[in-house]
Parts: sequence; structure tokens; C-alpha cells
Amino acid sequence: MNSLGIFITIGTFYLFSKIYEKRKAFYLNPVLLSIITIALFLHITEIKYETYMESAQILSFLLGPAVVSLAIPLYKQREIIKAYSKQIFFGIIFGGVLAILSAFYVAKILGGTPEVLLSIAPKSITTAIAIGVSEKIGGIPALTAVLVILTGILGNAVGIEILNISKVKDKVARGLAMGVTSHGLGTARIILDDELSGAVSGLAMALNGIFTSLILPYLIKFLK
Amino acid sequence: MYKGLAIVFGFLFIGEGISELLHLPIPGNVIGMILLTLALISKLIDISDVEREAEFFIKNMSVMFIPPGVGVITYWGLIKAQLVPIFVALVVSFALTLVLTANFVEMLSGGEK
Repeated sequence: MNSLGIFITIGTFYLFSKIYEKRKAFYLNPVLLSIITIALFLHITEIKYETYMESAQILSFLLGPAVVSLAIPLYKQREIIKAYSKQIFFGIIFGGVLAILSAFYVAKILGGTPEVLLSIAPKSITTAIAIGVSEKIGGIPALTAVLVILTGILGNAVGIEILNISKVKDKVARGLAMGVTSHGLGTARIILDDELSGAVSGLAMALNGIFTSLILPYLIKFLK
Repeated sequence: MYKGLAIVFGFLFIGEGISELLHLPIPGNVIGMILLTLALISKLIDISDVEREAEFFIKNMSVMFIPPGVGVITYWGLIKAQLVPIFVALVVSFALTLVLTANFVEMLSGGEK
């Protein structure tokens, strides 16, 4: 029974990926649907999370090399960083800090507990990095993972529409804001809108992941 | 193939080592990513040696989020009690960050022309 976890994870993800291939609707996000389905399955069958993780943890372990691998797209896009260095540099600092502070303080005002505040603070960076950051600052990595995915789905679903309503036309600005706010899932949507916006969004995602993981542990000490 | 994997896991190992030895609050995998980027820029490592393996990891990253995500069930009580702060903060912060960052960067771009 040891392989139960890895089997249901890969099997469920395969099924939902097939559905998503046929109908690319944001609410059919295969990762979120897999998480919900497996969580329900474990709940109904009363199988412990620890039992599930015995073999499923192989997959989450691979997030380590996956994050290191993000160096490759970062390196390949270095020409874009040079071309728009000013917008990227200040935009990441502005958006990265704003994403943290706005999530932290809105949750705090509404009565969020300390562990919830720490779990929601890294919600705008790519899931792989957010999980590690959440763990380091004392949040709940599992909650962070789900919140990050939901933030990505929001960007994927209504990000373009919000940018249109706010009348921002500059392609670099649109891409950067999307990448900083909604990481990979936002990038996947805006790349269909415009190639330059998509490239900048992917870069902003990677750079904000680095930026947030560098500053958040120190920023959190002031917020507490 | 093994050369590329050795590079990726090597940088992960170095990053984790630095994070633990220096007691840094920064995840070791992020340090590994930064160091690998620098190694590529300084031509210490050739991109063709690691490109295929790295892209395999990136392409298949989605499935890796599922096991940690499923962990939310162990916090179900907390999430139910905190539903309002969690979801209002999520939506407000999302919209605010997107709109203000876009306007801020457009202003920066406009200033150049």
C-alpha cells in the first residue's frame, strides 16, 4: 500500500489534465481539482495524510531541483532584463512589497491569526518558491500552496479584464504586473494576449520569487 | 543526461548547504537557483549541459504542488474559522497589486519617452 499516494496523485492529475486539454477553462485548473479530489478521497476513506505522503513526498521533493532549474529561463531572458531594466527593477520592488503588505494587513484587520498572516504573505510568488518561504517564516506551507494557486487562477481568469478596465496599455507594464501578482498561471494567460507581455510576465514571476524570498523573512519581523 | 542532473542537484545541494550553515531564512533551492544563474552568466557552466534536464523539471512542476497542497486537509478547522480574512485578503491584495503595479510601471515607461 506504500505506493498509494504517488499513484492517486499522478492518476488524478492525469485525468484532470486530459479534461483541461479539451476545455481550457480557468475553473478546470488540474492542480486545484486534483488537490480537492484527493483531499476529499482521504477524508472519506479516513486515510491519514501521513500515509498518503509516504510515497507522494517523492513528488514534492522534486520541487527542490525544479526551483533550481528556474535559473535556465531566467538566464535565457537576460536580454529582456537589460532592455527594460528600470521598469523591471522598480516594478518588482513595488509590486513585490505591495503584494505582501496588502495581503498581510487586510487579513490582519479582518482578524486573521498569526499563522494565517504568515501563510498568505507569500501568495503572489510561484508555488514552488512560496512553499519553501512559508516554511522558513513559520507559515503553513499547505495553506500557502492553495492560496498561491487561487491567486494564480484569479489572474488567469480576470487579470486581462482588470488591466483593460484600468486602461493600462503599456505591454511591459501589463506583463510585469501580471507576473508579480499571479505568477505562472497569470503568465500562461497574458502570453496569449501579447508575446512581449508574456516574456516580461515570466521574468517578473522568477525575479519576484527571488526578491520575496530574500526580503520577506526580514520584513516579517517588522510586521509582527 | 546525468551531467545535467548532477549540475541541478549539485546546485540544490550547495544552496541548501549555504542556507543551513549560515542559518539563512532563505530557502536553499532559491540560493541554488541564484548561483546557477550566476554560473551560466559567467560561462562557468554551459547552458547546453543543463538545459534539457532543467526544462523537464520545469515542465512537470505542476504535479509536484499537489502533495503539499493536499496537506490543507490537516488544517481544515483553522481554514473554516478563518475563511473571511483569508479570502477577502486574497482577492483585495490580488486586485490592488495588479492595478497599482501596472500603473506604476506604465508611469515609469512613460517618463522615458
